Amino acid sequence: MTPLQILFILVAGVTLGAAFMVVTTRNMVHAALWLILGLFGIAVFFVLLDAGFLAVAQVIIYIGAISILMIFAIMLTRRIAQDVGSQISSGWGWAAGVSLLVFSGLAWMLSRWEGFHNQMPALDPGADPLIDLGKALVSPAGYVIPFEIASVLLVAALIGAIMVAWDKI
Amino acid sequence: MGDPVVLIANWLDGLLVGWGLADGWVTLIKTILGGVGISIFVLVIDIFLVWLERKFVARFQDRLGPNRLGPFGLIQPIADVIKLLIKENITPAGADKYIYNLAPIIALATVISLWAVIPLSPTMFGTDVNVGVLYIVAIGGISTLGILMAGWSSNNKYALLGAFRTVAQLVSYEIPMVISLLVPVILAKSMGINTIVSEQSIWFIFLAPVAALIFLISSHAELGRAPFDLAEAESEIVAGFHIEYTGMKFGMFYAGELLHALTVGALFSSFFLGGWQGPGAEAFPILGIVYFFIKAFAMYWVVAWLKYSLPRIRIDQMLNFNWKFLTPLSLVVLLLTATLDRLLINTSTWIYAGSMFFTNILLLIVLFQIMKRSGRRERKRVAEPKPIARPDGVRSVPTP
Repeated sequence: MTPLQILFILVAGVTLGAAFMVVTTRNMVHAALWLILGLFGIAVFFVLLDAGFLAVAQVIIYIGAISILMIFAIMLTRRIAQDVGSQISSGWGWAAGVSLLVFSGLAWMLSRWEGFHNQMPALDPGADPLIDLGKALVSPAGYVIPFEIASVLLVAALIGAIMVAWDKI
Repeated sequence: MGDPVVLIANWLDGLLVGWGLADGWVTLIKTILGGVGISIFVLVIDIFLVWLERKFVARFQDRLGPNRLGPFGLIQPIADVIKLLIKENITPAGADKYIYNLAPIIALATVISLWAVIPLSPTMFGTDVNVGVLYIVAIGGISTLGILMAGWSSNNKYALLGAFRTVAQLVSYEIPMVISLLVPVILAKSMGINTIVSEQSIWFIFLAPVAALIFLISSHAELGRAPFDLAEAESEIVAGFHIEYTGMKFGMFYAGELLHALTVGALFSSFFLGGWQGPGAEAFPILGIVYFFIKAFAMYWVVAWLKYSLPRIRIDQMLNFNWKFLTPLSLVVLLLTATLDRLLINTSTWIYAGSMFFTNILLLIVLFQIMKRSGRRERKRVAEPKPIARPDGVRSVPTP
């Protein structure tokens, strides 16, 4: 086993464990923090795949923005942060069956995929994937229209936030 | 000669390969050793910083500072550390134990991990990622989390209020900081900090003085030091998020803050003051470290100067200053720099640098005019008689 594989198994174990704790822990803040650990594990996967930009974007967006927002929302409801009811709903058998089916279906599909047994190809050291990504986002032959539409959406959200906060109507 | 780190790395390479280890393992061991090495190096500087900070504040307040233990009081930080270590560790009743103990670790670890991407010299750096600037922003996001965890888990109203204030401040000042960091990225045509430093044949502070100013102010706010120390405003919320921490747990927050101040200095010198650049730095990388730390400590001194000479601002002033002043200004600077960079793409270096510099100066002049006008308006508004609340709820101005 190469060190990369050992790291992968360790990180995968931590990520899966954190994901399990998110749904089983009774304290909401703890669940949010376990979720952050899980998302961080995903960022480490991106690093192991030499996708530095995606890893950093994952940390900025999911840990730096979304998780902080979630923790804020939970903290504003401190009295009900503790859940006391049963954690398992009555239809858990059906849910487990469907999950198992989907998981085994995906695993079967992936095992038949030709790239499944390939080793990770080495990156071309001369090329900078970040520059390629940036060019693809703004070139007319690439993804400029989806990129601009997403920007318009964000501007609309910003204007909406200002309108909500505006008190001089 | 002149490059001990590469020397040690090559020697380790030979040794480990001689033991019959595979390439992957050698890389892993070297990476771990490098990480531990940088962390220890930075933490040793941190001990020294305790002494430096106390000497600085003493000078600013016309005192002598620590001067009893050892020459110039140099052994004082050791005494400080011993005092912190033997203090009782108190966990408040109702505290969330695991989060409570994890928070100081995250607070210090995030600051140390910033040093992974800061190049100390042309050949000595933790790692050269092509998204170095974004990495710094991402680590800033995690440090916010550490403070929020400390404030929440202490089971104390003041701690929670302090944490909320800190998060509001960090999240808002992150925006002008990121936008102002994009200016050196445009000038160097790369997000990797190594490239940004090596592109600075002319220091970027001359090409983008306004961006440098915005970065200094917003990263000072990220530090949470005066005038932006609302998070630990003693007169209002006692000590903020670290109110319940004692002993070495408090010491870790303190060490993290001091080290963060030096890190801001190091980042500023890497982005705007040429980092390790200086005469002879290319040939003798060890000289690069000397230049780098001279610049970093000079900027650290500026940060301390700001902290000890400015009074604390109010929370509405803090947010207004960010959203109504720094953020629009940083957007204007970014647009101007990007446009000029495209227009002057084929001109000589001096024309390029000159027009960048003069555009920035022009912007500063316009800015001061706007600030003067809004300052006058604000003074007028404050001087006006205040409306008095009447029982019938009608706002009225008192007649003289």
